[in-house]
Amino acid sequence: MATQTADRAASATPQAGPDSVVVRFAGDSGDGMQLTGGQFTLSTALAGNDLATFPDFPAEIRAPQGTLFGVSAFQINFGSREINTAGDAPDVLVAMNPAALKTNLQALKPGGLVIIDTGEFTKRNLEKAKYEVSPLDDGSLAKWDVLAFDISALTIEAVKPFGLGNKDALRSKNMWTLGLALWMFDRDRQPLIDWLNAKFKTKPVIAAANIAALNAGHAYGETAELTGPLKKVHIDPVAAEPGLYRTITGAEAVSLGLVAGAQLAGLPMFFGGYPITPASSILHHLVRLKEFGVTTFQAEDEIAAICAAIGASWAGQLGVTSSSGPGIALKGEAMGLAVMTELPLVIVNSQRGGPSTGLPTKTEQSDLYQAVYGRNGDAPIPVISASSPGDVFDCAIEACRIAVQYMTPVILLTDGYIANAAEPWKVPDPASYEPFPVQFLEEKNAGDTLLPYKRDAKGARPWIKPGTPDLMHRIGGIEKKVDTGNIDYSPENHQIMTDARKAKIDGIAVPDQQVSHGDKTGHLAVVGWGSTYGPIRRAVDNARRKGLAVSHIHVRNIWPLPANLGELLAGFSHVLMPEMNTGQFKTVLRDQLLVDADSLTKTSGQPFQIAELDEAIARYFDGIPDNEGGEVHANTQQLPTPESGHDDGSLKATGDAQ
Amino acid sequence: MNEMTKIETTLKDWETDQEVRWCPGCGDYAILKAVQRTLPQLGCDPAKTVFISGIGCSSRFPYYMETYGFHTIHGRAPAFATGAKLANPELDVWLVTGDGDGLSIGGNHMMHVLRRNVNMQIMLFNNEIYGLTKGQYSPTSRIGTKSPSTPIGSVDRPANPCAFALGAGARFVARGFDVSKNLPDVLKAAHAHQGAAFIEIFQNCIVYNKDVFDAFAAPKGADDHQLWLADGEPMLFGSEKTGGVKGIALDRDLLELKVVDVVDGDWQAAGVLVHNVRNRSIAHMLIEAPFGPFPMALGVIYDDPRPTYESAVVEERAKSSEGKSANLAKLLAKGQTWTVEDTGGHPA
Repeated sequence: MATQTADRAASATPQAGPDSVVVRFAGDSGDGMQLTGGQFTLSTALAGNDLATFPDFPAEIRAPQGTLFGVSAFQINFGSREINTAGDAPDVLVAMNPAALKTNLQALKPGGLVIIDTGEFTKRNLEKAKYEVSPLDDGSLAKWDVLAFDISALTIEAVKPFGLGNKDALRSKNMWTLGLALWMFDRDRQPLIDWLNAKFKTKPVIAAANIAALNAGHAYGETAELTGPLKKVHIDPVAAEPGLYRTITGAEAVSLGLVAGAQLAGLPMFFGGYPITPASSILHHLVRLKEFGVTTFQAEDEIAAICAAIGASWAGQLGVTSSSGPGIALKGEAMGLAVMTELPLVIVNSQRGGPSTGLPTKTEQSDLYQAVYGRNGDAPIPVISASSPGDVFDCAIEACRIAVQYMTPVILLTDGYIANAAEPWKVPDPASYEPFPVQFLEEKNAGDTLLPYKRDAKGARPWIKPGTPDLMHRIGGIEKKVDTGNIDYSPENHQIMTDARKAKIDGIAVPDQQVSHGDKTGHLAVVGWGSTYGPIRRAVDNARRKGLAVSHIHVRNIWPLPANLGELLAGFSHVLMPEMNTGQFKTVLRDQLLVDADSLTKTSGQPFQIAELDEAIARYFDGIPDNEGGEVHANTQQLPTPESGHDDGSLKATGDAQ
Repeated sequence: MNEMTKIETTLKDWETDQEVRWCPGCGDYAILKAVQRTLPQLGCDPAKTVFISGIGCSSRFPYYMETYGFHTIHGRAPAFATGAKLANPELDVWLVTGDGDGLSIGGNHMMHVLRRNVNMQIMLFNNEIYGLTKGQYSPTSRIGTKSPSTPIGSVDRPANPCAFALGAGARFVARGFDVSKNLPDVLKAAHAHQGAAFIEIFQNCIVYNKDVFDAFAAPKGADDHQLWLADGEPMLFGSEKTGGVKGIALDRDLLELKVVDVVDGDWQAAGVLVHNVRNRSIAHMLIEAPFGPFPMALGVIYDDPRPTYESAVVEERAKSSEGKSANLAKLLAKGQTWTVEDTGGHPA
């Protein structure tokens, strides 16, 4: 075992028990890092800590082993206080091979701990990671604590009694590492052992080998503590509202929210989807929920997925489709038909980096223009955005409600970060949600006449299921005549119908905008939407602790906007809008509210870091007494990026995730 | 179609109050009348009947049928119809499309609705031209077709709709033409078929592609140029008046069809094939047989049902729901959970 201790200045701060820790597991795509991270997350949640995670993996399914672009990482931030983000920089990095070390080391906090599997530091792997000299030998790790030893060999040793070949034995390496991590953070192993026994129910030998590896890693912690930098750390449970909790990812939450929404509407749900990263997981979840009246349809393409969902809505079910940017683009024409025929539909967009194929597995918020404006003709569609994995649940219910009450397609925006990230979630009581049962039209609605486009007080037309006696009528994409819905191209009719469609969406009852954190007036409002919630929340909190007059306003209803938003923003001298795009929501707010908003934009495929926001906020307080914010320096160390070797250009024909 | 209770209607019950807006003399009128005449004979219920179409001249069809109708977007009608049928398998679904809508922009969806075998009648009006956009050549236009987009004649090879359908896995393939008195019988057979029933209807576009099917569809010479197929009957055409009765036989060495003369009505001696609607290989040959050397094969070419998609989906859904209850509270609390106890007073 090789260990090094970081060179520290003599005046190093005393070791106070941390209230939060950031750990990153990094390894080859085939090392099972996402699984390790997921199970560590569960253990963290069961220990009662608050947490946020950030899975970061390559677009390639089986990238060549040991390469820089094949590195898969999972970061978790957990603590005894409220946790809002996955953390800027890790305190602990587990690097399973040289490539993982190279692509992740620079993010590690100075003085942080790096755990290295020397068994993978072969000449060949060092070459693949483009190391000329092993970093273990050249002193380049001096500013960190290093715990380097042969995890591979120890794993093989631990699972020897089960008679597995070396290749199979090494598959348990992630469990060995997880065992060590569980020791480090004083965790109970039993839930993991239960999980392994359940997962490998039909392969008891594999289960036993993995459990042995887990136990061996755990036992190793004791040894390492005596001789090296490793310390056992206990993080107390976070103070949380009483109740039942579980962990949830955005993809799970959207599926559960849609099921709940359909139930509250009293409708069966029809889900039309087509495989696309990172939206496919919604289809995978819903396909297992058929007992809730869910029909899933994997269509031949994105267009057919939405068209089938519209067909199902027409026939009286709640039609839902989901995709990511490129697929949403293909659905555009059908969305226009749903607007014209005024049928309910929920469209979920798990945004990813664009344009075109872009960054399939990385996060971005750059489909806002597409959601608000991206259709031919005047085709207004309400847009709702979710701010965290747990929030998606409520947003999905809200999308269903608006769709059926206003007879309109609704777009729900999430993103790759929300879809994959996990957080603790207080399990809601379904009975606490107000049902919104759908009433289909059963008889003629104007004496002896049927008027399929007669509007109610909300501007919505009746929903009429084919199969209902005596209500036969035709709908379609050609402009509809007022009330009758017959074809009518006349100028005055098109004017009336365009106005009516717009008025209906403009009139949707949107709750007044609340201030998420801080006062209702002040020097600076930081306005966000979507998954930037966590870092903005934390940065605004930092600033407020310094006494700065900053508030966090997080907008859920992108279209139509809350009616009071303009008035609320007028109470602040400045408005700063951090977005993971080039300033799309800023443009919308400037247009709609004439607000002089500034943009802070980031399109690296990575979420905002708190330090980046700290610095941006500080700029508004330069020269203001008591402001120390101006001294904050952004941590420019990113999670893996193309520059850090995530894609070294040698990638060929490995098949991008679509 | 589905098993249904027959109800009494007349042709009038299937007409809407909408003015029909096809060009005077368009073949679509004849098809509309054939459908409106056939549905009462089948005892169909207008409230349970739906017509779904894409975009094009043919796709205006639903507006003229007193049923539920959905005029959708270009090429995508099969996808809408699939969603509607899965949502309510009780609906009797008719799909109306054209050669451009169904085989060009919507070729992909056509392939998949056929391979999935969603239970519906698919009427593809083939006029070998884009009519609604004023006459461009279509994927079924013959080489050399002059049009605004091919002023000296098209150069690409046309698609054969029935060959496409059969290749995509259709279990019912039939052909008819707009003014044929046999069209209602073809529609009835399609309706009786459980599964996706594909009907190519040759349709005369009198404005942009006038009389392009006259070689076989014109009354004059019809006997010689039309081979009307009937299950269990010999494949005979022609007549004594027009130069002799002929039949279709199989050249067993070359494995292809050939035309043979039938002398004194003895078709067996001439080796004429008896039509078997379940014979997929012969169906392929009939569809591919070039018009000219061969007559145009019309009627039900292939009809061999398989379980429908929607029945499989319903069955699968029942199977995967077996023993499970739709308890949302339980679902939300699924997996590993933990409880935070109330220690009095909410923490910050």
